[in-house]
This record gives sequence, C-alpha cells and structure tokens, in this order.
Amino acid sequence: MMKRLLDGVSPRALVLLAAFAAALVAAPYVASPYVLSVLIISLYFAFVGQAWNLMIGFAGLLSLGHALFVGLGAYTSAVLFIQFSIEPWAGVCAAIAVSVLMGSVIGYLGFRFSIRGVYFALLTIAFAEFTGILVDHSGWLGGSSGLFLPVTHGNGNNVFMLRGSQSMFYYVILFLTGAALVLCRLLVSSKLGLYWLAIREDQEAAEASGVPLFRYKMIAVAISSGMTGIAGVWYAFYYNNLFPEATFSTAQSIELILGTVVGGVGTLFGPILGAFLLTPLGEVLTGLTESFDIDGIKTFFWGLCVIAIVLFRPGGIWPWLSGLLDLDGRRRRSQP
Amino acid sequence: MSVTGVREPAGLKVEGITKRFSGLTAVDKVSFEVEPGTIQALIGPNGAGKTTTFNMIAGALQPDEGDVKLDDRSLVGMRPDQICRAGVGRTFQIVRPFNELPVLENVAVGALVWTDDIDEARAYALEMLDLLGLADRREAFPGSITLPDRKCLEVARALATKPKLLLLDEVMAGLRPTETDRMVEIFRRRNRETGLTILLIEHVMRAVMALSSRVVVLNYGKVIAEGTPEEVTRDPDVLHCYLGAEEIG
Repeated sequence: MMKRLLDGVSPRALVLLAAFAAALVAAPYVASPYVLSVLIISLYFAFVGQAWNLMIGFAGLLSLGHALFVGLGAYTSAVLFIQFSIEPWAGVCAAIAVSVLMGSVIGYLGFRFSIRGVYFALLTIAFAEFTGILVDHSGWLGGSSGLFLPVTHGNGNNVFMLRGSQSMFYYVILFLTGAALVLCRLLVSSKLGLYWLAIREDQEAAEASGVPLFRYKMIAVAISSGMTGIAGVWYAFYYNNLFPEATFSTAQSIELILGTVVGGVGTLFGPILGAFLLTPLGEVLTGLTESFDIDGIKTFFWGLCVIAIVLFRPGGIWPWLSGLLDLDGRRRRSQP
Repeated sequence: MSVTGVREPAGLKVEGITKRFSGLTAVDKVSFEVEPGTIQALIGPNGAGKTTTFNMIAGALQPDEGDVKLDDRSLVGMRPDQICRAGVGRTFQIVRPFNELPVLENVAVGALVWTDDIDEARAYALEMLDLLGLADRREAFPGSITLPDRKCLEVARALATKPKLLLLDEVMAGLRPTETDRMVEIFRRRNRETGLTILLIEHVMRAVMALSSRVVVLNYGKVIAEGTPEEVTRDPDVLHCYLGAEEIG
C-alpha cells in the first residue's frame, strides 16, 4: 500500500508536501484565530473539492449539486443530535448512509437512462434544489428559519462529540483533507481508478474493453457523496446553524467546486491548491465589500477567475504549477 | 486457460441477425459461421452493414431478430463489457484511444478484464505492446503517436483482454503497404501461435487475401457470397456490386 501510495512521486514533491503538511499541523500554534478560521474554511473546501473531483475529474461525471450531500450530511447528523441526542460520531454513519443513498438514487436514474454530461448535471441540480425546498417547508427540520445546534461551553475538546475549540475543528478537517488525499491517490492508482479514467475518456471504448459502466459510475457517485456527507457533519457542528437556502442552493454547489476548477480538475492536488487560493481571496474581497460597500464584488471577481482560468490555464493551475516546480513525473493528469 | 496465457479460441455463429434503423434495414437476416482458430473476412461496399453486424456481435447494438453465438453461448442481450468478458475483443473503425492516458495504461485497461492486479495488467499490457512493436511508445499519449501506431494501440488493447475471438474493424485502412504487411504478419503469427479466431472487416484486399481463409461478402445488408478469397473474387455478383467490373488481386 505504501508502495502504491508513493510510486512515481518525485522526492521533490514529497518534501514539499511534507513541508506543507507540517506548516498546516503547526498553524494553530502560530496563527491568529482569524487566520485559523480562513484556513479552516480552505480545508473544508479542499475536502469537498476532492470528493467532487472523484466524480468529475476521475470518472467524468459532472455534478453541479454537491451542496445536496453536504446538506444531507449536515441535517441528518444535526437532527439526530437535536431530536434524539445521537452524538455525531454515530450520526456520521447515518449521514454517510443518507448521502450515499441519495447519490445512488441520482446515479441510478442518470446511468440507467443514459443521461450524460450536462443533462446529468441538471439532474443533480434538480435533486439539490428540491431537497432544499422540502427542508425549507419542513417544520421538523426548522424550515426556512433554520436549524440550530445547542452550543455548550467549557467542556473541553471532544472529537467524538464534535464539541470543542476552533483548533479541534481545524485538526478534524485537516485530518479529513489529508485522509481524502491519501484515499484519492490510492483509488486513482488502482483498478478502480484506471476504470474511472477510461470511462471519463471514452465510455464506449471502455465498455468494449470490459468495463462495466454502470457499476463503476455508481461506485464513483457513492464514494463522492459519502465523503461529502461527512463534510456536512463537520459543517453542521462547526457552524451550529443550518439554513436550507444557504445549504442546498446551486450557488452553494458552485462555490464548493470553484476551487477545484481553478486548481485543476482531475488532479490530486488541484482541489487543495484551488481552495487555498480562492478562500483567502474571497476573504479579502469580502473585506473590500464591507469597507467600500460594493455589493457582489466577490461573485463578480470569482466569475472573472473562472473566465481567466478557462482562457489561460484550461487544465487548472496545478498542472501548470507542478510543471513549473518540476513535480509531476511522466504521467500527466492520470497520476498527477 | 492455457500456459501461454491466452484462452482457447472460440467459434462464432451468426444466425439470421437483422437490424432496422427507422425503416432502413441495415442488416437483413445475415447468417455466417467462423470456425474456431480461423481468420475470416467480412467485406462489402460502404454501407453494406459490416460495422452494424460487428456492433451486434459485440453488443453495442441489439439485433432486432436472430442470434449470435460464441461457442453455442448466445451473446444477444448481453452488455458490451459482458461480451468482452465472454471472450470477444474488438477494435473500432475510427480509433478510440483514451487520450489522456499513456499508451501503456490504455492497454492495461483491457487486461483488467481478467485480473484485479494493476501491476499484472501493466506487465501483460507491455507484452502486447511489444507484440505490436509499440513498447518504446508506452509512456507517450495517444495524441502524440502516428495513426498506424494508434491502430496498433487499438489492437493491443483488444488483445490484452485475452479474447477468444478478435473483431477487427478496418485496422489496415490508412496504412501504407509495408505497414499493412507488418500488421498482417502480426495477426497471422498470433493466429498461428495462439489459435486466436479473427473476424475482420477490411477494404484493403491485400490484407484480406493474405490473411483470411474464408470471406463473407455483404451488400445492402445481405450476404451475397461466401467462400475462399479466390472463390469470392471470381463470383460475378461480387465483382458486379462490390468491386465494379475490374478484377482485383
């Protein structure tokens, strides 16, 4: 497994990765609470971006409704906690189950009836939007006035309860992001990963070469939606409040994936790089919005970002950067 | 599975398959047989229904009528990947490589049909590339290799699945005569050494004559002649509709 994990990774890349990881581990000891909160959000977007990237980047399945899985994970664990006092370490299992189930329903409908490309994306949007509307009208789930988790103070850090300091939430999401990176690397260098890439490249040719399309696409959706559901649990207990509009909207789905698009779809490190570029930028821009009172400048700028990427770095920043730093070995995109 | 790492060759029976596309009957009750371990060609003018026939054998299209049997096992109703697993390897008329994957990985996808071990798949893929003379291009991406090499890549990927029957859809088209001869030699050797059954669609008569022991001729979706290459090329119907009045050789 270690061999599979490190095979083909240049020593230079490993050193840089280790330095980056060390800096992140040390961050809570040096960073101000504000900087730490920005890092936390960056890591959150990096984690969800990796989950989304499994579908689009590796299996070629475009989802524009990933906020759905965040929302399902968040609401499932929050409701279990509030209504039944089920703690998040158990709630996360239910959250994964609900997210994977919903992902599988969408996948089944899409793949059984051969809905492809943007039409599949529309299906994911539809499910996210109508789930948002359902939650919006459900009093039990707090409706449009939101769902609030009781906040307790002074009980120290408890990872299993997801209750504690900012640093604890930081380390939880850092661990998740790191684990996702390892998981993605293992997946993409396995039979599963190669089958996904073949499907992404040419479905008919893959099928003629013995790839069972339906099964492998379903696996991609299941893993991606399950991971995103986990992110939802973390999200619910970090923010302690959930609003259907903000959680399930397509705008939210777009925000979740923008970092990955900028960083590099189909690369292992793209989602992480993109999240760490866009989140701080977004913060700066939000600050500008407040000081100069220009509404919508953040959205406007992000629009420009995407246009710039499409124009100048269609494959994202990571492939270009790793080329610049001479990190990628011989295999482009398939084994970044 | 034999010691050479390939499977026993299979015979193919096509029994009265028909395919209609909104009123047009592209393939009309076509029947023929391919004996195990032989090389047979399927020829005919453009639009005769050759590729449609292939697609029905490989499962990309379902026949409206008739049956396709690989060693007496019906393939009709199976998905293309199941048919591939059952032992039918195919190439596409217009090459369809996985463009963002290196040549070696392209071929390894095929080998994953019979193994879950990706290293074993890569090792076998390399063997197949070696067979096709592509081993030194294993790190390259399909977009950067020549068309003949891409044709070889298609063949290598199909061979990597360890087929009992190989369907070749115009792999010689666009090749220079020397390249055609090289390809012919590869198939002949593969057939001789492993007994692989091959059914090929081909316009390049040089290859058809050199390779096949039997030829089936399609025209307007129907079988109009069948026999050895010599018999078929003397058949007046064939000469008339397919080859024009000119003799070939």
